[in-house]
Amino acid sequence: MAELSQFSYEVAHLIGATVLMAGFQLLYQRRLFAVLNTFAFQALALAAAAAWQAHVQNAPHLYITAAIALVFKAIIVPGALHWLVEKLGIHRSVETAMSIGWTMMAGVALVALSILLVLPVTANAAALTRESLALAMSVILLGLLMMITRRNAVTQVVGFMALENGLILAAVSAKGMPLVVEISIAFSVLVAMTLFGIFFFRIRERFETLDLNDLETYRGDRQ
Amino acid sequence: MMSVIATLPGFENPLLWILGVPLGSAGFLVVLKSWRTATWVNVGASAVTFLSSLALLEHRPAATRLLFIDDFNVYLVVLTSFVGLTTAVFSAAYIARESEAQRLSDLHLRFYHSMYQAFLFTMLLALTANNTGVMWVAVEAATLTTVLMVSLYRTREAIEAAWKYFILCSVGIGLALFGTTLVYLAAQPVMGDGADAMAWTLLVKRAHDFQPDLLNLAFVFVLVGYGTKVGLAPLHSWLPDAHAEGPTPISAVLSGLLLNVALYALLRFKMLMSANPHTLTPGPLMIMMGLSSLFLAAFMLYRRGDIKRLFAYSSIEHMGVITFAFGMGGALANFAGLMHMTMHSLTKSAIFFAVGIISQNAGTKRIADIRGLTSSHPVLGWGFVLAVLAIAGLPPMGVFMSEFLVLSSTFARAPLLAIPLALGLLLAFGALVSRLQMMAFGEPPPQQHGHGEASAVSNILALTPLWVHMLLVLVAGLYLPRELVAWFQAVARVLG
Repeated sequence: MAELSQFSYEVAHLIGATVLMAGFQLLYQRRLFAVLNTFAFQALALAAAAAWQAHVQNAPHLYITAAIALVFKAIIVPGALHWLVEKLGIHRSVETAMSIGWTMMAGVALVALSILLVLPVTANAAALTRESLALAMSVILLGLLMMITRRNAVTQVVGFMALENGLILAAVSAKGMPLVVEISIAFSVLVAMTLFGIFFFRIRERFETLDLNDLETYRGDRQ
Repeated sequence: MMSVIATLPGFENPLLWILGVPLGSAGFLVVLKSWRTATWVNVGASAVTFLSSLALLEHRPAATRLLFIDDFNVYLVVLTSFVGLTTAVFSAAYIARESEAQRLSDLHLRFYHSMYQAFLFTMLLALTANNTGVMWVAVEAATLTTVLMVSLYRTREAIEAAWKYFILCSVGIGLALFGTTLVYLAAQPVMGDGADAMAWTLLVKRAHDFQPDLLNLAFVFVLVGYGTKVGLAPLHSWLPDAHAEGPTPISAVLSGLLLNVALYALLRFKMLMSANPHTLTPGPLMIMMGLSSLFLAAFMLYRRGDIKRLFAYSSIEHMGVITFAFGMGGALANFAGLMHMTMHSLTKSAIFFAVGIISQNAGTKRIADIRGLTSSHPVLGWGFVLAVLAIAGLPPMGVFMSEFLVLSSTFARAPLLAIPLALGLLLAFGALVSRLQMMAFGEPPPQQHGHGEASAVSNILALTPLWVHMLLVLVAGLYLPRELVAWFQAVARVLG
């Protein structure tokens, strides 16, 4: 464990806040490609956060997590989604279930909620962990919000991955937590499966659209 | 990890067989071309796994940092590998008929068998993992393998069901991971960095020193996260679709086993909460979710037109009852909950075996098109009647006994809670019996549009698991061996 200086603490804080900011940006993008670019940016920030934690905590295995975030999530996944959107001819504009103003307000409320929840209960934890955890929980809740307010299946997947970015941010910030690499690999497999799912099952061909509202037509057994 | 590998040469550790055989056969089945051989490799591998799990009853290996066996998980390991075996036998008959009807290609079948073993592996790993993180990875992998199997038929409905299952359960396990991280953070100041602060065996001993607020927050995330996988209302909406659209053997293991595994994960975290005197009592939250699942499912049962969905909702109902029982806590209610987990698992998988054959015979899953089962197929029909009456909670079956225990222990301690519980159980009973009457009695429809009649061998293969399960449930209702009762009681005390 390296010495925890004020500087390293502030850098970790800054990077965490960048991840959160990207989470907010995801909420108001109206075009699908902009959503993908913003997600790539968030993954990039996550990679930086993981690398910084690896350096500060003197935990080299976190560099692997950083590399996964950088290569897989910031480059391969957005690229693959970009290609899928073009290949399958998916609508490029994003439909929202809630107006952007309300979504942003809900987002702010969620961030306030996570700070109010996390800071008091982590009084004993190291300061580095404390703030990062509050940021991570905000990112998770924003990802959840995005999944709820966006109707398009691609944006839902992006929302899930944003949520997952928050989870990884929490895991790398928890001092000395084992299995972080395994967990990020497990998530990557999950995400890769979704992409394959969209492509091979040709969700668009089967359902005409990726809008999950239209998927609901079947919903159980109407007699 | 190293200590596990150190025991490798002697193969003295039954756990290595229990985990190694399904994992190895999952790999082998991918490359095996003939699906007929694959069905038997599947049965054989499951049999070896079951026999090795029996060895655990005699000899319990010492806990390592990776794996452990205690009173609680040993019974779930045996139950899981047993139902895994009987379902594999049923699956052999089911798959043969599906293949004859050309509903599944050879490639799909190869994939199906491999995924079946991989699924067993992930469940057994989740049950035996002595590490909160490994358990999480195992549950996540179990989700992946089942998503792939639910979408096996590639119909619009199947893909939609798989997608819904995938999205909801991914979010669920995501939240469970955050809860897991929070538990690590609660443990880390007391136990130091590293794997110790994630090992169940060590966590429980030190849990009274953890910071209670952090544990509370963690438990909420774990409850919502793993609760999604248990199928608790209001997070249940993936469950009926996933059960209805996948191949029937998968519905049987989803209902009978996977829900139990998710509940097991939840209960492990509850044990930490109980070990710390300053935390919230998790009981009321679980009681509330349990009751709402029970009621939601009981009402939904009346409106079902699809036979597999009907019993999927019945699973939600029973998981609600079990969660309610563990929420009540205390030795008697925990005992009842453990017993109900076992009975539900055996009975519900038996029902899905019957449903599989019924819908293959009739060529439909619509309840309205299924009539007169007891006169057209007596052995199947009466087995089905027995199983449905058992799950509805009629004496003298084991399910009745465990439901009665839940109810009477609730009456003794919180009579007001017992009233809604009894009401929910009666509602569900009424729904199931009225549906059963339609399907089992009356004139069979003149023409069946199904796959035609099954051969005698296939019938014996498919019906044996059904009757074996029902026999066990019947015996458990009439007489429980003294050792088994003592064992359940020991676990019930551990659960707090």
